[in-house]
Amino acid sequence: MAEVSVRKVVKEYDGGVQAVKGIDLEIADHEFVVLVGPSGCGKSTTLRMIAGLEEITGGEIWIGGDVVNDVPPRDRDIAMVFQNYALYPHMSVFDNMAFGLKLRKFPKDEIKRRVDEAARILDIGMLLERKPRALSGGQRQRVAMGRAIVRNPKVFLFDEPLSNLDAKLRVQMRTEIKKVHQTVKTTTVYVTHDQIEAMTLADRVVVMNHGIIEQVGTPQELYHNPTSRFVAGFIGSPAMNFLPCRIEEAGGGGLLVRVGSALSIPIPAARTARYAPFKNKEMVFGIRPEHLVERREVGKAGFEPVELLVDVVEPMGMETMVHFFVDGAPVCARIDPATHAAPEEMLALTADMNQMHIMEKDSGKVV
Amino acid sequence: MADGSGIAATMTSPGAGRVPMGMMQRFLQRRSTVAFLLCLPLIALIAGFVIYPAFYAIYLSMLNKKMTTFVGFGNFAFLLKRHTFQLVIFQSCLFAVTAVVLKAILGFILAHLMHNIPGGNQKIWRGLLLVPWVIPLALSTLTWWWMFDPSYSAFNWILNQFGLENVPWLGVGWIARICTITVNVWFGTPFFMIMYLAALKSVPEQLYEAAAIDGANAVQKLFFVTLPMMRNIISITVLFSLIVTFADFDIVRILTGGGPQDMTHVFATYAFQVGIQSGDIPLGAADSLFMFPILAFAAFFVLRGVTQRTKEIAT
Repeated sequence: MAEVSVRKVVKEYDGGVQAVKGIDLEIADHEFVVLVGPSGCGKSTTLRMIAGLEEITGGEIWIGGDVVNDVPPRDRDIAMVFQNYALYPHMSVFDNMAFGLKLRKFPKDEIKRRVDEAARILDIGMLLERKPRALSGGQRQRVAMGRAIVRNPKVFLFDEPLSNLDAKLRVQMRTEIKKVHQTVKTTTVYVTHDQIEAMTLADRVVVMNHGIIEQVGTPQELYHNPTSRFVAGFIGSPAMNFLPCRIEEAGGGGLLVRVGSALSIPIPAARTARYAPFKNKEMVFGIRPEHLVERREVGKAGFEPVELLVDVVEPMGMETMVHFFVDGAPVCARIDPATHAAPEEMLALTADMNQMHIMEKDSGKVV
Repeated sequence: MADGSGIAATMTSPGAGRVPMGMMQRFLQRRSTVAFLLCLPLIALIAGFVIYPAFYAIYLSMLNKKMTTFVGFGNFAFLLKRHTFQLVIFQSCLFAVTAVVLKAILGFILAHLMHNIPGGNQKIWRGLLLVPWVIPLALSTLTWWWMFDPSYSAFNWILNQFGLENVPWLGVGWIARICTITVNVWFGTPFFMIMYLAALKSVPEQLYEAAAIDGANAVQKLFFVTLPMMRNIISITVLFSLIVTFADFDIVRILTGGGPQDMTHVFATYAFQVGIQSGDIPLGAADSLFMFPILAFAAFFVLRGVTQRTKEIAT
């Protein structure tokens, strides 16, 4: 068990391409931290630098109070679960799990005890004699986790472990990983590009983009208070709607958001002071699809009526996505499946402006 | 195959009533029939150039020198009693096993070195190291023969520069044996190198990373990841090389002609000497057939292991 500290870490490849541009991250003991971001954002590189599989160009990585920059992976006391499982195909499940312990010259009884214990936790006791080839994707992933668990390492590292599984199995394994972390409380760094995985698993989520950390926070913080347009757009599915807008003065000292000539919505009084400095500037208005609902809540503070022309209706069973165009920009609303929305007809909606976001047009910074 | 038959059945069903033509059509449209017809030229070649000569050799080996009387296994028994032939068996085994082991080890080392050379340089080195293998063996062996020459050879010239005596490279039994093996190793190592290099490249990098995290050092990675992952390629390459080396003719024929005192003869050169040069074709055929059981035995075990491992690790 240990805390992990990433300080001003830079990774530069030959040719001067910087994959990671001086990031700082403190991970507490027992914490489950998820690095999330689009492909090429530097999340896997960061994880591999923590593992010691990738050299660090600049900065320091600390594990359990020691700088490990020049420590080889085998001496870092970490365990890693790979995307492609990386099980040794010529070894049985038992040998795969026992390999790390055998190399560390553990007594046979202890190896067997630990493997059996991990197999019990992961429910793979009946597979121990099989070769990886005879296992399904989900079972292989469990074995890979078992290999990590038996070592009882300071830190678990997961590199997109669920990417190769089908959607149903992914949900199931996600729960398993969470359960395992509740049982074996080891500091965990988990890399994924799937924001739902990140939100459901993490104590804290680290959103990365272009080699820098955009924001670190609990899933709730990232969802409700994103600090940048990138995070606002990355967290949440379907993604937040972004509309170019102007903040204008409304009557009575209030403000409103004007989207082209088509739409103007009053800003809640509680936010007037916050947005006042940006009056008459080109900004971006952000609102999540789930905060655009069919008109029911009008009358409550901050719930404003909006009427939009329906473009496409996507019924999904438990909810229905309705797509519109506002001043040329696409907008999505997530509404009750019992809706009467139909294409080419006007739909009366309510925008929960208490959940609105305003961003600077150029920097994308949420104000 | 099932699909193909299904399609064929659908296609031909309207004509099924018109008996003989329909049956013929069906026969020709069956996938297995087409496959057989496409393979026929190869089957004919193998039958003409491999199966027929093999059976003819067996037939010949059971005749007397004049090829008039059937003598059963007489030629084989005669050969086994002959001291020269006992030398040939020993030399063939020594030649093949030593050369293959050395080629395998050197090829493995070279493949590893090559694997770690980055980018474009690797291609240059790979090309250079393949040169021995692409030069016609008879020509390169002639060059070696010249370098081994007792009076004018390059090797002896180098030795002389250091004040050392001339060495009769091909004139003394054991030295000549080592020389033939050396040339074979020089010629065959690139083949091992290229096969092992391909195998090394196919080992997923993540297995090494997993092993590094599991605590393996470089030697342990070699023994627990690289070698087990390469076992099939190693086995097949060794088997293939064993067959080719056992049947080697050019090197011994050109370098030593089997001498001195028949000490470097292998099955092929001895068969040539007995069968062609001395005119005892049945005895030569019997000699060459001695390779068959040895190689068949090796092939059986190697291929059985390969099949077993393929079943185990194929994903």
